[in-house]
Amino acid sequence: MQKTVLNEEHRRRGARMVDFAGWDMPLHYGSQIEEHHAVRRDAGIFDVSHMCAVDVRGDDARAFLRRLLANNVDRLQLPGKALYSTMLNEAGGVIDDLIVYHLAEHDFRVVINAATAANDLRWMAARRDEWGLAATIDARREGPGALAMIAVQGPRARQKVWQALPASEPACGGLQPFFAVGVGEHLIARTGYTGEDGYEITLPAEQAVGLWNRLADAGAQPCGLGARDTLRLEAGMNLYGQDMDERVSPLDAGLAWTVDLAAPRDFVGKAALLAKPQQHRFLGLLLGERGVLRAHQQVDSAHGPGEVTSGSFSPTLQRSIALARLPLAATVGDSVQVHVRDRLLAARVVKPCFVRNGSILV
Amino acid sequence: MNIPTDRKYTRSHEWVRLEADGTISVGITDHAQELLGDLVFIELPEPGRELAAEQEAAVVESVKAAADVYAPLAGSVVENNAVLVDSPELVNQDAYSAWLFRMRPAAAADLDGLLDAAAYQEIVAAA
Repeated sequence: MQKTVLNEEHRRRGARMVDFAGWDMPLHYGSQIEEHHAVRRDAGIFDVSHMCAVDVRGDDARAFLRRLLANNVDRLQLPGKALYSTMLNEAGGVIDDLIVYHLAEHDFRVVINAATAANDLRWMAARRDEWGLAATIDARREGPGALAMIAVQGPRARQKVWQALPASEPACGGLQPFFAVGVGEHLIARTGYTGEDGYEITLPAEQAVGLWNRLADAGAQPCGLGARDTLRLEAGMNLYGQDMDERVSPLDAGLAWTVDLAAPRDFVGKAALLAKPQQHRFLGLLLGERGVLRAHQQVDSAHGPGEVTSGSFSPTLQRSIALARLPLAATVGDSVQVHVRDRLLAARVVKPCFVRNGSILV
Repeated sequence: MNIPTDRKYTRSHEWVRLEADGTISVGITDHAQELLGDLVFIELPEPGRELAAEQEAAVVESVKAAADVYAPLAGSVVENNAVLVDSPELVNQDAYSAWLFRMRPAAAADLDGLLDAAAYQEIVAAA
């Protein structure tokens, strides 16, 4: 089992640990629901060092990413700007979803998922070689130069960071959402996976325990993967491996907004997406009854069957919510039924963003 | 591991306590609640319901998973702990106080067939 540099710190704080894609990670430190509320109401910290930061550098770095990713890195012109994208196979299936940061003209940082990292890195190197482009691909998770990542999320997350890293406030106090800035050896990005304000901080692995403890001392609640999942679900954010994978088109996973089909550039999977337009709508479900929606449950709609791709109990709404792949004709406001264990429960189709910045949107 | 010796246990992680009136109280063990994590819904059996041993009696559902709670022995339900329906977190807070339902056993001697604390401890340790 692989461990992040914060592993002992999680155990010292009484975390219940779980195997996540071969990584020994905290599920919660007592109550995942309390951790969830801490992020919606104040601030929480997450160890996301199992994710893999990859530096893509060189004269052809931009040309490489332009052809590799479904979103268009030409949208990244200002230094520090971040872009969410999928990386597709030739059939238009999603190999991974990621964020790419534009650090300098020939210097990009791509953050990929833990479970897919090894496969992604092989794919990226193979495409670069096939295209004969001058770009280095340097994974920064292990060995010398290894990086750790801490997400600090919540309405008071930024203040906690400024308290824990006093030198950071002048540099990142004015940072706009989806921008990053280097502060010494830290890269501080105003991004996240919770639907709240906050930062994701990438830093040398050996400094992670110190920052983690300073943030906790500043009052940020350590949060595990359990709260991370219910927070991202309420925010309507996809989880790779659950809401989409190599067999699913981004157009069928609610990610059409991240796919740039308009620009004349070619990218891997473009031809497949043009040949096979959207087949499903990806929408939210709000359960009207007691019970919990969970992945793979069947949905019966007036327009045909669908499937829950992610479901859980929403601590903010105090009822169950889900993301679901539904027939193309399904629409917000529809009533559907979901097969929950041995019963059929009524649910309403909603926009797949349930909570944003502490407010309920459905 | 918190396993009180004043009651019996099942392999499916229920605890069973014999009350003074000859009924039994049934709950889930601390180990079970810890595995499940934060509970969010509980479904309880109605009083009067006749249950066979190992029949599904209640459902405890956490953020992570749903789990059936089984009747530890044959009998009829005499009462359920309705306060848990609105406050399922009480099971997380103190699993051995938060009984789910009470039963009148069909045969009191069936209780002898359940595990004692030491035997249940072994099962948890082996898991």
